[in-house]
Amino acid sequence: MSMEDTIADRRFSIDRATLIRRLREVLPVQALLAEEEEMRPYDCDGLTAYRQLPLLVALPEDEAQAQAVLKVCHQLQVPVVPRGAATGLSGGATPHPDGVLVSLAKLKRIIRVDPLSRTAVVQPGVRNLAVSEAAAPYGLYYAPDPSSQIACTIGGNVAENAGGVHCLKYGLTVHNVMRVRGLTIEGEIVEFGNAALDAAGYDLLALLNGSEGLLAMITEVTVKLTPKPELAQVVIASFDDVRKAGDAVASIIAAGIIPAGLEMMDKKAIHAVEPYVNAGYDMDAEAILLCESDGTPEEVAEEIGRMTAVLERSGAAGIRVSQNEAERLKFWAGRKAAFPAVGRLTPDYLCMDGTIPRKRLAEMLEAIAALSGKYALRCANVFHAGDGNLHPLIMYDANQPGELDRATAFGSEILELSVRFGGTITGEHGVGIEKILLMAEQFTEAEIGAFHRLKAAFDEHGLLNPGKGVPTLARCREYTQARAGTASPAPRL
Amino acid sequence: MDTLIEHWTARINEAANAGGKLAIRGGGSKSFYGGPENGEALDVGGYRGIVAYEPTELVVTARAGTPLAELAAALAEKGQWLAFEPPYFGPAATVGGMLASGLSGPRRQAVGAVRDFVLGVKLLNGLGEVLSFGGQVMKNVAGYDVPRLIAGSLGTLGVVLEVSLKVLPLPVAEKSLRFALDEAAALQKLNQWGGRPLPISASAWHDGILTLRLSGAAAAVAAAQRALAGEVLDDAEAAAFWSSLREQTHAFFAGNPPLWRLSLPSVAPPQALGPTLIEWGGAQRWLRAGDATAIRAAATQAGGHATLFRADDALKTAVGVFQPLTEPLARIHRNLKRAFDPQAVFNPGRLYPGL
Ligand SMILES: Cc1cc2nc3c(=O)[nH]c(=O)nc-3n(C[C@H](O)[C@H](O)[C@H](O)COP(=O)(O)OP(=O)(O)OC[C@H]3O[C@@H](n4cnc5c(N)ncnc54)[C@H](O)[C@@H]3O)c2cc1C
Repeated sequence: MSMEDTIADRRFSIDRATLIRRLREVLPVQALLAEEEEMRPYDCDGLTAYRQLPLLVALPEDEAQAQAVLKVCHQLQVPVVPRGAATGLSGGATPHPDGVLVSLAKLKRIIRVDPLSRTAVVQPGVRNLAVSEAAAPYGLYYAPDPSSQIACTIGGNVAENAGGVHCLKYGLTVHNVMRVRGLTIEGEIVEFGNAALDAAGYDLLALLNGSEGLLAMITEVTVKLTPKPELAQVVIASFDDVRKAGDAVASIIAAGIIPAGLEMMDKKAIHAVEPYVNAGYDMDAEAILLCESDGTPEEVAEEIGRMTAVLERSGAAGIRVSQNEAERLKFWAGRKAAFPAVGRLTPDYLCMDGTIPRKRLAEMLEAIAALSGKYALRCANVFHAGDGNLHPLIMYDANQPGELDRATAFGSEILELSVRFGGTITGEHGVGIEKILLMAEQFTEAEIGAFHRLKAAFDEHGLLNPGKGVPTLARCREYTQARAGTASPAPRL
Repeated sequence: MDTLIEHWTARINEAANAGGKLAIRGGGSKSFYGGPENGEALDVGGYRGIVAYEPTELVVTARAGTPLAELAAALAEKGQWLAFEPPYFGPAATVGGMLASGLSGPRRQAVGAVRDFVLGVKLLNGLGEVLSFGGQVMKNVAGYDVPRLIAGSLGTLGVVLEVSLKVLPLPVAEKSLRFALDEAAALQKLNQWGGRPLPISASAWHDGILTLRLSGAAAAVAAAQRALAGEVLDDAEAAAFWSSLREQTHAFFAGNPPLWRLSLPSVAPPQALGPTLIEWGGAQRWLRAGDATAIRAAATQAGGHATLFRADDALKTAVGVFQPLTEPLARIHRNLKRAFDPQAVFNPGRLYPGL
């Protein structure tokens, strides 16, 4: 039983020639790829360990073409997998062997930036950072800032409910999106939310966020823009003990402070990053915390003072405060480059994404260190500490027999522990195919059944991104039985 | 399993088998809201108590029947609160009713709504199954976001048993300011200020007066107070004013004419449909009386929607409480209702006729 098998749990028998003919009728020539070498670049997303060629790749250039593709696929009962920039780390955009991979990357127009209402209307293929760049002349920005923001798309952000280093204070994607326009699998245009603060009826907009392309294809998004704070400053505190750093996080919150960002990196992560970007991190530290304050100059001065006091009381070995914007960006550059920096140290890595109550941070780090020994694989840790969201980066070499399996088992143990600690298997990267079996760790069969019925409320025949997000009940039972043989089942929390 | 839950499960199954209907009641404080109650009462107010609260985690978990006042008191003891300022509409208001009605108070414009603070729910669905979605952590994308879907669903999808909510520290400082402005000028100002990094936590315009509330760090509030000028309100008077909006005890809400709530883009121009009170930086507009067809059309035209917030049952039945849904949204609503409550046991017609 391995994760990529779950995609093929449901096979579809498709007449490829007919499908190509029908799609050619609705798409320009260059917008349909059918040759293996043309489709090869689309065979995976950021979860590069799993590759799969789709039946076809469609590259619609506008909503009408996307709609036409869906109508054809729905009529012929062909699965459809939406794709943005493919930076997703859980295999959400991994193709289906019998399906059409629909890339929304060409829908990349910023339709409107309205400074007065503080909103922007963008197509789904617009990059996250491009929205903030377009809003910058008005003193506004788009708050959610995933580290992948130069590449990932707004459509992908909505589909994953992406977070960033500032989401403790400014919220996740779901808190910053007002309206999603999309297409049902039947190819009908549907509007979730609106330009006001709420819409009539059930909050379907909330459901669309984090739906991993399983409920609708997103074709347009209205995002909320946030006024840029007058000033931001970041404190770097180094600790000689990860437990002290973990406790400092809880103490900051206990002091009534909600930092604009609160991030943690362990020694392995610091050692990966520092030679790569020279951010000025303390190479002797066991862990560092980055703690940001923003607001008016008076407010920032007051808050930095309180933060520094708490960090000192928590036993920080060294504290530095950014003295200007260039230095603040330099301090953050290290954190934002953590994944690629680790990528330089290893042929391959798996990025985990569990979230736990903050008070278990130190305990979790110790458990990860022990697992690193057990599986004989290195692991660097970067955390959205303020949210309790962990990103252990498990380093492996796919060319060494057995290493991928070991890395996967290592990751699974971390996620099982996350659930046992009262948390979740995924905070922001999504379930995709990567964590699909682990859903059985977190949810009962009745809950999984409810998810399937919810999905069917949008997509009766299960054509949108099949095999992702929610496991079949058969897979759940298989998983639970396998677990029962190897370990005691996690208690229900 | 808890004996109360067992008892409810039995009643749900019985109703499901016999084509019966159940009207879920917390404290009954928001009974006025939504379509008429219909079915045998299922009183969930008895299922109460705070299950877990750890201030440093910024999360509280409470049973649905917990009185809101009890929850607020426990949070205040630790210097925290529900930052979206939920309305109580009476001392009996419960956590479950707050979530199911999805209503937020004056601070919504600054921090978000109930749905933005819900982290997890435990639900009893129409099949009598106890289901947990979300959890007690800030970020969680495992499975669909059912907790937020439940916010505002008016008990039509299931009985909420337990709710986990994000809580925040109480603001350190607060000041309210007053300006004499007509409606159009007030809307213009509210939107301009909204684009600046000012700590505005609430706003209200009525009858030629715009009132603003600033909340946050002492230094930030003081700086904004200087920058905006305006007449400073006495603290006690200001607190009473914002509470009168939240609880709708303000004179504007008195009397019999139907009360409409228009949810519009903040930049929508004055609607000239009748006596108006504006909140949320222009995004929430209360209206007394008026012609339902004209109001609904105006709200749609402006890019929002209109709710018949308070009225007698006859008017509610005649024009509907909530803005009618267009296909395919209506179809998705029907399908979702079936997914959670296949025999349509819970709160029939409370949200939409037939739902
Ligand atoms: C170096 C690196 C750093 C990262 N840092 C972060 C981080 O800080 N925070 C974070 O949250 N994530 C992070 N990620 C993960 C990833 O960038 C996000 O999940 C992002 O939101 C994916 O966007 P995308 O455009 O690449 O989507 P894709 O990977 O193409 O797709 C992701 C999912 O969305 C669906 N989808 C895409 N577009 C649409 C659409 N138009 N309609 C419907 N469904 C659609 C796909 O089917 C798939 O299920 C990081 C990834 C990398 C590689």
